[in-house]
This record gives sequence, structure tokens and C-alpha cells, in this order.
Amino acid sequence: MLTVLALTSVVLLGVVPEQSQAITIYTGWERHALVGSDIRLSCSFFSWRWISEDVTFSWTYRPDGSRDTISIFHYTGGEAYVDNKGPFRDRLEFVGNPNRRDGSILIKNLDFSDNGTFTCDAKNPPDIVGRPSSVRLLVFEKLPIQAGVITGAIIGVVLGLLVLIVVIYYLMRFLVARRVFSLNVSKHGKKKKEGSQQRQGPAPPADPAKVKAAASEKKKQESRKDKK
Amino acid sequence: MLFILLGVLVLHLIILILLIVSTAASTWSVGDTGSTDLWYNCKTASDGYHCKPASSDDWIQAVQALMILSVLFCFCSLIAFLYQLFRLVKGGRFFFTAIFQILASVFVMCGAIIYTVMRPDNHTEFGYAYVLAWVAFPLSLISGLIYIVLRKKE
Repeated sequence: MLTVLALTSVVLLGVVPEQSQAITIYTGWERHALVGSDIRLSCSFFSWRWISEDVTFSWTYRPDGSRDTISIFHYTGGEAYVDNKGPFRDRLEFVGNPNRRDGSILIKNLDFSDNGTFTCDAKNPPDIVGRPSSVRLLVFEKLPIQAGVITGAIIGVVLGLLVLIVVIYYLMRFLVARRVFSLNVSKHGKKKKEGSQQRQGPAPPADPAKVKAAASEKKKQESRKDKK
Repeated sequence: MLFILLGVLVLHLIILILLIVSTAASTWSVGDTGSTDLWYNCKTASDGYHCKPASSDDWIQAVQALMILSVLFCFCSLIAFLYQLFRLVKGGRFFFTAIFQILASVFVMCGAIIYTVMRPDNHTEFGYAYVLAWVAFPLSLISGLIYIVLRKKE
């Protein structure tokens, strides 16, 4: 029993520190941007330890089709050092907050030569074992339409029109039914008036027209029922 | 009467199957190196068969939408036909069925036309799914017209 406890404690002590020392870094997967615009490349990390004062961020850049990586940004000892000789001089700015585990950079005035892979590496001593994460930057002249947007839009519009037409059809039928109902009521009222007027004078001339209208409405309703 | 009904139903099912195969099969253009289609572009390279999602141009998305809509409308017209078969008044016509079927044929026609016109000219031939779409268009038009003429007798 004691040996089992000792063994498990040794295993746990052996496993847990190794797990707690791995740092995981998160960046985007791919970023699309227009020529001439600015883009913010975000980088954050997760570490089991508290943020130390010696936390470091570093960004490296590898152009598309090239095998060389150059370093463009480094943050260490509370100071941010940006690229002042390479392709990003005067265009790079540090917009992250190391205390909140954010090491994002801002690149201004993009050009087609900025297509490439940006890699972020963060270290939080004593958590130094981690895998750097890369984000791919694609610079377009005109932003392409995402796959499926137009498809979904066309399908949605057509189905919406169909539903609208069906709703309007049933609404018209319902309204016509109500109008016939109200016509019947007014006919009864007119008949009563007719009866009282006939004792006094001739019947009003508008009555046969209203009767004809009611009859044609009834016929329309019946033909619609037949169509269904 | 029963034979006519059965024939019309079988025709409708054939059209539905043609439309589904044409939309899903994705062999609209075939070439030597591979096939360029509605949903995927597949190439046979030296190290195997690679497929990547089709270009998200506006016209391909329009063709996708029109094909999907035609399948939906054909299916809706089948359901409307079965419904009207049992609920229609004697001597009535299958108007809803006909409208949906004709709309489905119009959508297939539009989709096939857009694909024909906007296809990139890479010296590729047309695949079987494209042919099926063009075959489904007159069949569904004829089927819709039959439904307009058909009357429910008893």
C-alpha cells in the first residue's frame, strides 16, 4: 500500500512539472489584407506560471518563396525593439500588452512584397519549452469573395421569395374571405333598409351591383379552391 | 390512367436523380491533368491525386446555388405532386407541381448556361455531370408541361 502511494506520487511529481512547463502560443492561421492597409498580427500565449518580468516576444518573417527567416521584432526586459534595417523599418509598431499575454504587432501600409509567413515565439521564464506559431499573410489588390457567400445569398433570396409569395397568397385568400363575410352583413343591413324603404319609395339602384360583386367574389373563391 | 400516373411519377424520379447526380458528382470539366468542377479541382500529379476546393469566383458560386435550388424545387414538386394526388378536387390541375417543376428546369438551364459561358478555356472537355444537367433541363420542362395538362379524373 505504501509502495503504491510512493510510486504514484513519484509518477505525478515526474509528470506534472513537465506538463506545466510547456507554453502554448496562439496566432491566427491566415490573414487577408488589402494593399496599402494596416494589419494587426495577434499573438498570445498560455502558460501555467505567472507572467515573469523576463517575458520575451519575438517575431520572425519568411517571405513567400524564400527560405531565409529574418527577425523583425523582439520584446525583452520590458522594452520593445522593432525592425529598423529590414523590410519593415518605420512600418512596425508594437501594440500588445505583455502583462495580458498579448504580443501583437501592427504593420502599416502593406505591399505585395509583404506576402509571407510570420512566426511568433514567446517565452515566459522558467516556461521556455514551446512551439512557435505561424500566421500566413496574404495581400490582395481586391479582397476575394469567400466561398459560399454568394451561393448562400442566392439560395436564401429565392427561398425567401417563395415563402413570401405563399404567405401573400394565403393572406389574400383570408382577406377576400373576410370581405365576402362583411359584404353579406351589409347586404342583410341593406335588405332591412330596402324593406323599410319599399314601403316609402323605389329600391336603391346600387343594390344589384353589390349583389353581382358578391356573386363574382364567391365564384373566384370556388375556382381558387378548385385550383388547389 | 394508372399507367399515365405511374409513368409521370417515374419520369419525375428520374429527373430528381439526374439533378442530384449532376450537382454532387462534380465532373463538369475533364482534361488530361485532372478535372475542374463545381466543388473541387482535382489534379493527378506525379505523387497522387490532389483535390483542393474550387475557386470561389462569383460565377461558380452562382452555378452551385442554381443547381442546389433546382434539386430543392424538383423535390418540392415531387412532394406537392403526392399531396395534390390525394387532396385535389376532381377535374383539378396540378398547378403547384407544375410551377415548381418548371422553376427547377429554369434554374438548371440558367446554371448550365452560366457554366458554359464562364468556363475558363483550358482546352478541357465537358464531363458527364455537365451533360446530365443539360439532359435534365428539357426532361423537367416536359414534365412540368405534362403536369399543367394533366387533370385529376376519377
